[in-house]
This record gives sequence, structure tokens and C-alpha cells, in this order.
Amino acid sequence: MEFIYYFGDVFSPLSFLLLLGGTVGGLILGATPGLSPTMAVALLIPFTFQLEAVQGLILLGAAYTSTVAGGAVSAILLKIPGAPANIATTLDGHTMAKQGQGARALQLSFLASAVGGIFGVLLLIFLTPVLAKWALAFGPSHLFWLAILGVTVIGTLDSSSVVKGLLSGCIGLWLATIGFDDIMGAQRFIFHPALGGGINIIAALIGLFAIPQVLTMFAKGRRNVGAEVIEVQRHSILAAVRELFSRTRALSIGTLIGSIIGLIPGVGGQIAGLVAYDQTKKFSSEKDKFGTGHSEGVIAAEAANNAMVGPSLVPLLTLSIPGSPTAAVLLGGLLIHGIFPGSDLFDNHPDVAWTFINSMLIGQVLMCIFGLYVAGLAARVAQVPQSVMAAIVLSLSVFGAYSVQSSMGDVYVMACLGIGMFFLERFGFSAAPLVLGLILGPIAEANFIQGSMIADATDGRGAYFLTGGLNLFLIAVVLASIVYSVWMELRHRRYTTKEEAQA
Amino acid sequence: MNRSQHIFGSGIVFAVGLWVTWISYTQQPAEAFLFPRLIASVFVVLAGWTFGKAVLGLSKVGIGVSRTMFVNLLPGLVVMLIYVFWAAKTMGFYTATAIAFFILLSLYDPAPHAEAKSWIKRAIITGVFVAVMYGLFALLLNVYTPKEILF
Repeated sequence: MEFIYYFGDVFSPLSFLLLLGGTVGGLILGATPGLSPTMAVALLIPFTFQLEAVQGLILLGAAYTSTVAGGAVSAILLKIPGAPANIATTLDGHTMAKQGQGARALQLSFLASAVGGIFGVLLLIFLTPVLAKWALAFGPSHLFWLAILGVTVIGTLDSSSVVKGLLSGCIGLWLATIGFDDIMGAQRFIFHPALGGGINIIAALIGLFAIPQVLTMFAKGRRNVGAEVIEVQRHSILAAVRELFSRTRALSIGTLIGSIIGLIPGVGGQIAGLVAYDQTKKFSSEKDKFGTGHSEGVIAAEAANNAMVGPSLVPLLTLSIPGSPTAAVLLGGLLIHGIFPGSDLFDNHPDVAWTFINSMLIGQVLMCIFGLYVAGLAARVAQVPQSVMAAIVLSLSVFGAYSVQSSMGDVYVMACLGIGMFFLERFGFSAAPLVLGLILGPIAEANFIQGSMIADATDGRGAYFLTGGLNLFLIAVVLASIVYSVWMELRHRRYTTKEEAQA
Repeated sequence: MNRSQHIFGSGIVFAVGLWVTWISYTQQPAEAFLFPRLIASVFVVLAGWTFGKAVLGLSKVGIGVSRTMFVNLLPGLVVMLIYVFWAAKTMGFYTATAIAFFILLSLYDPAPHAEAKSWIKRAIITGVFVAVMYGLFALLLNVYTPKEILF
């Protein structure tokens, strides 16, 4: 119950202001198609440099929570999901809006998001200290395998091709080795002076997540968003609350599925929303109503994608394995303040850890309150032409990358990585495993070197890294994630081939 | 997506993989390249596999770059490259941002180019945006950017 002691810190004037700003800003950014939660959080990192670690994290956490929920606004009013996590919300939400029930759909979506989100954060509160204590037993070989696990899980589960996902992870791990070696001081892969200090993680995050989206908007050419905002009629919030709690089955299925999926590293909110929607439909007595503007569809999808947010931070805060690409960006936000997740975070910086987690709990309530009022404005922002959005994001990326250490080299690295990632994505590669490789690379290398030194003085590297219960368990999980993803990919390919043959 | 695009894309990745592997195994001190060797070995195998599949025409994932997409993208990409690699440092961040922002709006804004109103709107949006950026980065965050050419 240690978290209760730090509740007051969330309400210090600056922290609360940042929480409020992050929530409202996140809702608006989330509603804007083309701006993913990951990109929004990455672009916000440069604004946290001058803040205390805890305040920076509060801002980033609030933005993460509310961008996911804000995506429902454009999903419901424009039929354009603000983020992949809101795809399932469009199925019934937009139909409800077309039937003149837009306000009801929005209210239900924010209320369900808040219930799911609060449950998810409570899970985060009660699971993290237990797992962080458990993480104390980890030695260098285990931490090495954990870092590799983080890369392979996201590389295999978050990519459409297992080989390309793993290859993206390898590219990230290689990029992390650029610069001077920590122990020998040797130059590694420095083929341009801008790379002398290695690749700056923040510049890389901005480049890898923001620039491909800018180029994607350019690639669409001169065209309108092509969707009209549906006018929203008034609807009683009390009636929406009553309806939400009369749909407990949809709410609990969405919340539980979202929480479980959030705990599995690499499985995103997109899957949480769709799986919850599908399962709620299966268990519903009104199956036929799904897709025709049924409130249970909105409740299940939104409860799930927000319930995922808290648990996705459990592996991050305890084992340094981000559960989602956005969690990976948050890890970058932690590392720039010299804070390492795991037992160090809870033992040496409990104020940072608990104030951040508590702020996410309060953030859910604020997101719900403001979501109901900001929805109309957010929908208007969602109609901003893509040309304006692309130019804004590009400029913010340049300023953001430069402001990290006032270096043009970081801007060049950001642009090169972003342009490279845009083209790699066209060939089926994915940014998430690359980012994970880049972030977890130094952790993997430091533990590999440390482990090698121990191994050389004892039983040898093979015995040190490949034996022992925990090592074998982690290796088994790495292999299982790869084998499972290969199996899923083959199954999907067989299914697609059969469908093509039938067509 | 056509086969040649797959071969080109995966070929570049494979070439990078070969270069990384060569550097990792030939550069000294060997201890500094212990971890890169480990990665490079996996990297080159996976890149070789991807390249091989592309050559055999078995690559299925990825939508590639269509002609229309490339034609749409090219002007924006050129403006971006000039902005990032030349203008920002030479002209100053705020001047370069204003020019690049206005050009990008003019290139991609769906509003008709023949209307004077649309140009005024673009100029106002550019002015407001650069003012906000100046307020945020120069005044609030105290970020010192390269000297401006105009002021």
C-alpha cells in the first residue's frame, strides 16, 4: 500500500497542471488521424528535459492514456480510428453517431475507457512491486536474455513477417552499438562525425515514429480528410452511466481481456479492442445487434484498449521490457533522467515510481471528465488537413531532435532514420522492434560483457549463459515466441492462399 | 509490389548486414566487437534469408512504393531534405521553418491555388505556427538555435 503515501505529490501545482495539459492535449492529439499515441509521446519527450523526472513522466503518462481514449472521438464521429487501438470502436460507434446517438457513444466510450483504465492501473499498482522484488534475483545472464526477449517478442508478435520483425530488432541492436565502446573506448561503426557520440535515443525515437508518418501524409498527395464530422446531440451523462453499469458483461469482458493482453509484451491495444469486441459478441444475447450501432460493442472495445495501458507498463517498470511501442518510448523518457526500471526504480526512486503510477490513476478520471467536454473540439481538430499536420509534425521533429543536446548531428540522425524507416516499412519492416533493439541494446551488451567476464573466470560462457533454470526458462520463452509467430504466419498465409484460390 | 522493389530493398539491408559483419570480425580490439559480432551473425543470416526470398520472388509482406505514391511524396521529401540538411543551419531554424512550412502547405493543401483567400490562409497559419514554435522553444524551453539570417 506504499502508493497511497505518494498520492499528494500528484496534486502539487506543477504536477497537476502537467497532468491536466497532458490529458487535454493527448485527447486532441489522439483524435487526430495519423498521429499515433507512440508518436505523440515521442514528440513530447523533448519538452520533459527541463522538468523533474517525475513531472516529465506524468506528462508522458497522461498523454499515453488520453491519446488512446481520444482516438475514439474520430472513430465515432469521423469513422477514422485515431489510433490502431480504436479500430473496433468504429464498428458500432460510428453507426451510433449516424443514428443521432453520437453523444451517447462518446459518453459510453469515455466512461468505459475510465473503468477499464482504472482497473488496468490498479493491476499495475499491485503487480509491479511483487515482480520488481522478483527481478532482484536476476543476474547478468538473465538480464541479457530478458533484453533479447524484449526484442524478439515485439519483433515477432508486432510484425507481419517474423523474419523481418527479428531483422528489424537486429538493426536496432546494431544501431545501439554505434559510437565509442564503453569498456575499451574503441570506435565502432562511426562512418560520419555526427555518429561520434552514438545514436541519441530521443532523436532516434522521434525520427523512427514521426518522420514515417509525415512522409506517409505526403505520399497521399493533395487531398481532404474526406469525412464530415457528425453533429452531436445532447445526451444525459447520468443515463450513460446507468447504461454502462447495466452492460456489465461487455464492460467486464473488455476490461479483463485488455488487462491480460496488456501484460503480454508486444501485443498491442489494437488486438485488445478487437479480441474484446469479438468475445463480447460471442457471449452476448444480442449478437445480431453488433455492427448496427450496439452500445456493448463500444463499451467492450474502449474498456479493453484503455485497460491495456496500465498492464503494458508492468514488464517495463519491473523488467525493463516495454509491453508496447509507446511503453518503449516511455522507457526512453525514464532513461534520459538516469532512472532505470526494476528494483532500482522502486527502491531508490519510490517517489518517481509511485507518483507516476498514481498520476495515471487520476489521469483516467480526468480523461473521462475532459473527454466528454473536449470531444467536439477534438473532432474539429481531427479535420485539420493532412498537409498542415505533416508540416507541424516535421517542424516539431526538427526542433525536438535539436533541443536534446543542441546538436545538428541529432537532427541529421533523426531525419536519416526516419526516411530509412519509411522505406523499410514499405518492405514489411516494423519500427517497434527496431526501437526496442535500440533501447535494449545497451542493456543487453552491458550484461553480456559483464556475464562474459564472470563466465571467463568460472565455468565458461556456454555454461554461464545457457544453463540454469531461469536462463533456460527465458530461452524457452524467446524460442516459443518465435515458433508461435512462425506458426501463426504460416497459418495466416495458408488461409489467405485458400481464400485467393476460392475467389 | 513487384519483385524488383523487394530485391532492391532487401538487397540494401543485406549489404548493410554484410558490412556490419565484416567490420565486426575484422576491426580491433576484438573485445570491443564481441557483442556486435553476436548481433552481426544473426543480422546477416536473417538479411540473407530475406534477400534470397526476394530474389526467388517469395517475398509477400510489404506494399512497396507505387508510382503515384512516389510522385506525391517526392516534392515533400525534397523540401524536407533541403530544410533539414541545409536551410535549418544556414538560414536559422525559425526562418527555415517558416519557408519550409509555407512551401509544404502550398504543395499539399487541398484548397485551390487560384484563390487569393487560400494563400492568405496559408500565410496566416505559417505565421501563427512559427510564433508558437518561437514561444515554446526560444522563450519557454530556452533552446539556442543557429543564428537567424533575417534577424
